[in-house]
Amino acid sequence: MLERDISEALQQQVHNAVVNGTPLKIEGGNTKAFLGREIHGEILDVSGHRGIVEHDPRELVLTARSGTPLKEIEAALAEAGQMLAFEPPHFGDNATLGGTIACGLSGPRRSFCGSARDFVLGCKLINGKGEILRFGGQVIKNVAGYDVSRLMVGAYGTLGVLLEISLKVLPRPAASHTLIQECTQAEAISKMSRLLSQPVPVDAACYHAGHCYLRLSGSEQAVKHAHEHLGGEVIEKSEPFWHALREHHLPFFGAAKPLYRIMIKPAMPPLEIAGEWLLDWGGAQRWLVSDEPIAFIRERVAKVGGHVTQFRGSEHNGEIFQPLATPLLVIHQRLKSSLDPHGIFNRGRIYANL
Amino acid sequence: MPVLEDGLPCNHGAHEDLIRKLRKLLPPEAVLTDKEDLRPFECDGLSVYRRLPLVVALPETIAQVQDIMRLCHALQVPVVARGAGTGLSGGALPLSDGVLLSLAKFKRILHIDPENAIATLQPGVRNLAISEAAAAYGLYYAPDPSSQIACTIGGNVAENSGGVHCLKYGLTVHNILMLKVVTMDGELLTIGAETLDSPGYDLLALMAGSEGMLAVIVEVTVKLLAKPERAQVLLAAFDDVFKAGEAVGAIIAAGIIPAGLEMMDKVAIQAAEDYAHAGYPRDAEAILLCELDGTNAEVSEHIMEVREILHQSGATEVRTAVNEAERQLFWKGRKSAFPAVGRISPDYYCMDGTIPRRQLPHVLRQISLWSEEYGLPVANVFHAGDGNLHPLILFDANKDGELARTEEFGQRILQLCVEVGGSITGEHGVGMEKINQMCIQFKTAELSQFHAVKAAFDPAGLLNPGKAVPTLQRCAEFGAMHVHHGQLPHAELERF
Repeated sequence: MLERDISEALQQQVHNAVVNGTPLKIEGGNTKAFLGREIHGEILDVSGHRGIVEHDPRELVLTARSGTPLKEIEAALAEAGQMLAFEPPHFGDNATLGGTIACGLSGPRRSFCGSARDFVLGCKLINGKGEILRFGGQVIKNVAGYDVSRLMVGAYGTLGVLLEISLKVLPRPAASHTLIQECTQAEAISKMSRLLSQPVPVDAACYHAGHCYLRLSGSEQAVKHAHEHLGGEVIEKSEPFWHALREHHLPFFGAAKPLYRIMIKPAMPPLEIAGEWLLDWGGAQRWLVSDEPIAFIRERVAKVGGHVTQFRGSEHNGEIFQPLATPLLVIHQRLKSSLDPHGIFNRGRIYANL
Repeated sequence: MPVLEDGLPCNHGAHEDLIRKLRKLLPPEAVLTDKEDLRPFECDGLSVYRRLPLVVALPETIAQVQDIMRLCHALQVPVVARGAGTGLSGGALPLSDGVLLSLAKFKRILHIDPENAIATLQPGVRNLAISEAAAAYGLYYAPDPSSQIACTIGGNVAENSGGVHCLKYGLTVHNILMLKVVTMDGELLTIGAETLDSPGYDLLALMAGSEGMLAVIVEVTVKLLAKPERAQVLLAAFDDVFKAGEAVGAIIAAGIIPAGLEMMDKVAIQAAEDYAHAGYPRDAEAILLCELDGTNAEVSEHIMEVREILHQSGATEVRTAVNEAERQLFWKGRKSAFPAVGRISPDYYCMDGTIPRRQLPHVLRQISLWSEEYGLPVANVFHAGDGNLHPLILFDANKDGELARTEEFGQRILQLCVEVGGSITGEHGVGMEKINQMCIQFKTAELSQFHAVKAAFDPAGLLNPGKAVPTLQRCAEFGAMHVHHGQLPHAELERF
């Protein structure tokens, strides 16, 4: 395991970029370049800034430098019987913690256990003035100052360069079973949304190819009882399925058509948009492979209070993320200039003018 | 107790103009200006800071809130928003030249959607009322600050309130989905969505705990959770506070996340027992309350494990609540710890620092040394699961200099929390009370960044000015005084 603190060098490069007005493109493991809008700039390579700074299992907190490979962190946690409970997708071997947090990605466990941002406790970052700042901390409760660390999650590096991140971590469940049942999409939606008001230890629920998959996790007894209560067939060795779902390795995600990510209220009945559907997060995150125009999809989804991201296979310079209402965009622009006054970080990655 | 009077020049003409214009926007009974009517708004739950507002506005529609904000923006009048006024850090302390905007009339539960397990609420809905209304669907709202019977959801969001179940169920920020807010210039924004995430920056996280500095919250959509099948509480007694601390670490190391994990020391135990008759062992040096929830099967399994761990950690006694009534009784003792301590001392000063749990022995030892040094007893109540320490310093404000000594003692505790890697506030907020301690926790550049974040929402700086984030001058003066005298005279005065 390589441990190196290159924050001074990174800070220097930011300083130079400010002086020369050079836009920077922040890069970790370069596994998520396909996400968001295409950007240009001098590469700011964070991958050399790595190492777990602190992990005391009893505190349920891990702090690591942003360039630390995600798999290194997951291995260290596994050794202590712990995990990143938001089950982040890697989308490639070299995925780093910084990239994962900057993109705010969460896996199947998200709707039941929380998202990447929910587990962020604090961070150290370089802002657009080249200052190294710390926000939040390494404690679970902390309300001193605005929550700038969580603001970084999903900001795609447009607000600062993450240097160090502290996360809440959780024990791995003692047991985990996956139940599978044949059903239609509509049946799966009502089955999955009913789970929201039932005290059952479900930590992942998905509908794929005519089947509903429920993952039960908890103590041995809890899982056993919940299985009896819910019914369905147990899949032996289900880990590869959830892994393939998380990493988009299922054949569904390999289609030649564009892939859309649709966020919607989980109990919403199936949307009538032509294409293939896969439902994750108990129906709250729906994947659509479709040839329909984005404007049409957005209109349909907006009608039921949802929003759409063009995830793969779309125009790199288009409206990848759902456009914002003007007053909200104004706040975004002001926030961007408050953290990155010279507009040097990942300019245009989320929205053209941000 | 100090009553604050601003030194700002009184501009009667401008004030009368403001009041006249407010009366055009609102019905007569919704604009209060008589001293007696203003009195109930002079402080929040931190009553050592008091100040009468210029005027209280009580709107009942979002459009009225927008109108008031536009008016104040145009006239450059500062605004302080207020919920139930139960905050413990002076965040809702009014300004004598400003409008106190009370959201008390926004009391309606707008919608409960059991299928999607969400509820949409006006900001003045009481925390407990959400769970009461959701109970019909087998659902509840998880964050449960001790003031939940009175505190309201708008204030909960502004303070990012916690409670005794944070370790497992998170703070307010983890349990909200969408807000409607009105900015200082009267713009209505929707932040977040009814979906699990929303496009753009995570402004929802920024709003949570922003202490009324960024925008006024006029609607809140929260997540509801399925009520656990069973909750069971264990009470363990220890003859040594440090053994109790060790037991906390051991439970977590075993891979169990209790729904609640609370610790009390001897002073707190005895006060709580005299007050609530919860059956606490009066001779114990410390007790732990450990609540386990989940499915019936899981709770049974975990109770056996936790009992074993508690015994191994040296507990002198371990009791399991035999029924729901006893469980409620065990919690009653803990939840009434503050009023209980209030009975044994003329005044108490409640601290809210957080620390990494492993630092507990060190921090408790230091607090007890200082307690002797200052001659001020301390009762310790501790959200042990998430490292949130509430030392209650007992004092008598009528004794000369005792409040100043108490505040100095308190400041040293908060400084220690920061030194060991923690924070000056876990759940009560900075408000007016801990504004100087912000200078210890954050560097100049970080404070400047906070000011810049505020300016993105409120460029004119009219929303709750002077709270939560100190000016750099204030920190410079605080630092200088801190070094030279070791004690801050007249901590109640604003220093700009």
